[in-house]
Amino acid sequence: MTATRGADARASAAPPAFDATDDDVVAIPLRRPWRVVGGALVLVLVASFAASVLTNPNIDFQAIGAFVFDPRILDGVGLTLLITFIAMVVSTFLAVVVAGMRLSSNPVLVSVAWCYVWVFRGTPLLVQIVLWGYLGLLYESLTIGIPFTDIAFWQADTNALISAFTAGLLALTLNQAAYSSEIVRAGMLSVDEGQREAAASLGMSPLYTFRRVLLPQAMRVIIPPMGNETISMLKNTSLLSVIAVLELYTQATVISSQNLKQVELLIVASLWYLFLTSVLSIPQYYLERRYGRGSSRSLPPTPLQRLRRAIDARRPGPDPAPETKEVRVV
Amino acid sequence: MSTTDTARTAGAARTPTRPLVEIRRVRKSFGAHQVLRDISLEVPEGTVTVLLGPSGSGKSTLLRCINHLETIDGGRIIVDGELIGYRQAGHATHEMTPRQIARQRRGIGMVFQRFNLFPHMTALENITEAPVGIARIPSATAKARARDLLDRVGLADFAGHYPSQLSGGQQQRVAIARALAMSPKLMLFDEPTSALDPELVGDVLDVMRELADDGMTMIVVTHEIGFARGVADQVVFMDGGVVVESGTAAAVIDTPQRQRTRNFLESVR
Ligand SMILES: Nc1ncnc2c1ncn2[C@@H]1O[C@H](COP(=O)(O)OP(=O)(O)O)[C@@H](O)[C@H]1O
Ligand SMILES: [Mg+2]
Repeated sequence: MTATRGADARASAAPPAFDATDDDVVAIPLRRPWRVVGGALVLVLVASFAASVLTNPNIDFQAIGAFVFDPRILDGVGLTLLITFIAMVVSTFLAVVVAGMRLSSNPVLVSVAWCYVWVFRGTPLLVQIVLWGYLGLLYESLTIGIPFTDIAFWQADTNALISAFTAGLLALTLNQAAYSSEIVRAGMLSVDEGQREAAASLGMSPLYTFRRVLLPQAMRVIIPPMGNETISMLKNTSLLSVIAVLELYTQATVISSQNLKQVELLIVASLWYLFLTSVLSIPQYYLERRYGRGSSRSLPPTPLQRLRRAIDARRPGPDPAPETKEVRVV
Repeated sequence: MSTTDTARTAGAARTPTRPLVEIRRVRKSFGAHQVLRDISLEVPEGTVTVLLGPSGSGKSTLLRCINHLETIDGGRIIVDGELIGYRQAGHATHEMTPRQIARQRRGIGMVFQRFNLFPHMTALENITEAPVGIARIPSATAKARARDLLDRVGLADFAGHYPSQLSGGQQQRVAIARALAMSPKLMLFDEPTSALDPELVGDVLDVMRELADDGMTMIVVTHEIGFARGVADQVVFMDGGVVVESGTAAAVIDTPQRQRTRNFLESVR
């Protein structure tokens, strides 16, 4: 008796208006008409600006085309790349040293490193470049020897040794090392203290620990801002025009001072800077993946892998190979 | 390992074996806070010593002094006949260079509460890093041995996994394998199961139990009283930087003589 009543109650409790087919409804997202309006408005503005540039009779597009691959411009591009490369590599080594000094327990090293960063970060890069250009005025000759004695192993005339190129390179490198050292230091501080202890307990020396355990982990934190710094460096090389280093921007101004097509040559230079900075973000992407190992449960596919997958998906064929990136979390 | 193995089976009859670890009148302060006050302790070769004690009693500090992760202010720590971290000159001891200390640490394995695996290396790489990079064992040999060790801790299928892809219990077992890869003569465990979910504790304790059965000399800080009773040859109860009482597991855990020990055991039961 109770059983049938229970069944009755269940039957009557089921709302008769909703059966299984009624649950199969489509969920419609909120419509956002203002998005369309806003997007259209911005597109119109962009288009009108582009038109004003492209139809401007004062811009000689032919000249832009002619000068993009001018040998002098290409020389400038080469020098810009060379300076960026050397300055970034050397400054990164310096930065690791300065960061190491900052993190050491020796108060003298800590203060010297702190002062270095203070001076080189606290004064304008442009001023530093000009100062290095004037180094010959301060020191007539440069000597390597024992400090505070007359013993010299090596000596050279400053102006002969420090060309505009060297002065510019020095300025950019020393300035960059100050910024990079802070990035490296932040990276080192991001590594858990337990890592150092684990390494020590396995009998690793401090240097070995730094190289194999701490630095690779710090790299994860260091690489994204260092990518930014590299792009800044590439653009900052243009400041070397003040000491007449013949990099990309200087070459462009030299040419425009002869043919008076200033805007066209600035556009040429800008196109090159844009191209180079875009290319520079590719190695950054791969470095981030390299040092991101183990940090996330699975890495996103590279553009190449994505492309390959897209092609494979379109091509009907045998079953795709089993997913290799699969991660089993137990 | 076979020689120590026999030492341990003989240990059932309590034949006195030579002490592998001798801690004599060790003192240690952090600033004005005296954390270890005249600690003395001996650990015979092939035996397991469990350190018990309330939080802040100095257990971790003592363990960290044994492999010189922490300097000491006085006293002596001798492992396998060698003074740890210092060399004796006249009436004082002088701290060794980092290089010499690193060499000493190779013979002493340590397992941490928070595993401290290297996150940028796979389980296998974690285990082979020190043997290949420090002990200069050929890579192929080290890899084969690492696979054996992974097998021994029940993780043969996880060689290629990064720590972030492993559970806490699995990470801790890899950490044990990593420490064993340097063939240490002594293993230190600092609360190896305290950071684990309860259901993962058993696997780690099983590995430690097997290690003890194989004759490894171990000093274990733990709150797992069951483990202490089952495995420890010696139980040491510390409080306030001193050894309050020590003896066999049965003596200290089942018939504690001091009120402080009794209070502590009440609290962890
Ligand atoms: N690096 C340190 N600096 C200052 N005090 C410390 C340091 N390490 C430990 N201590 C102190 O030493 C005491 C003992 O710590 P610890 O050995 O970690 O105890 P336990 O492991 O028994 O819980 C605690 O009071 C702790 O605050
Ligand atoms: Mg502790």
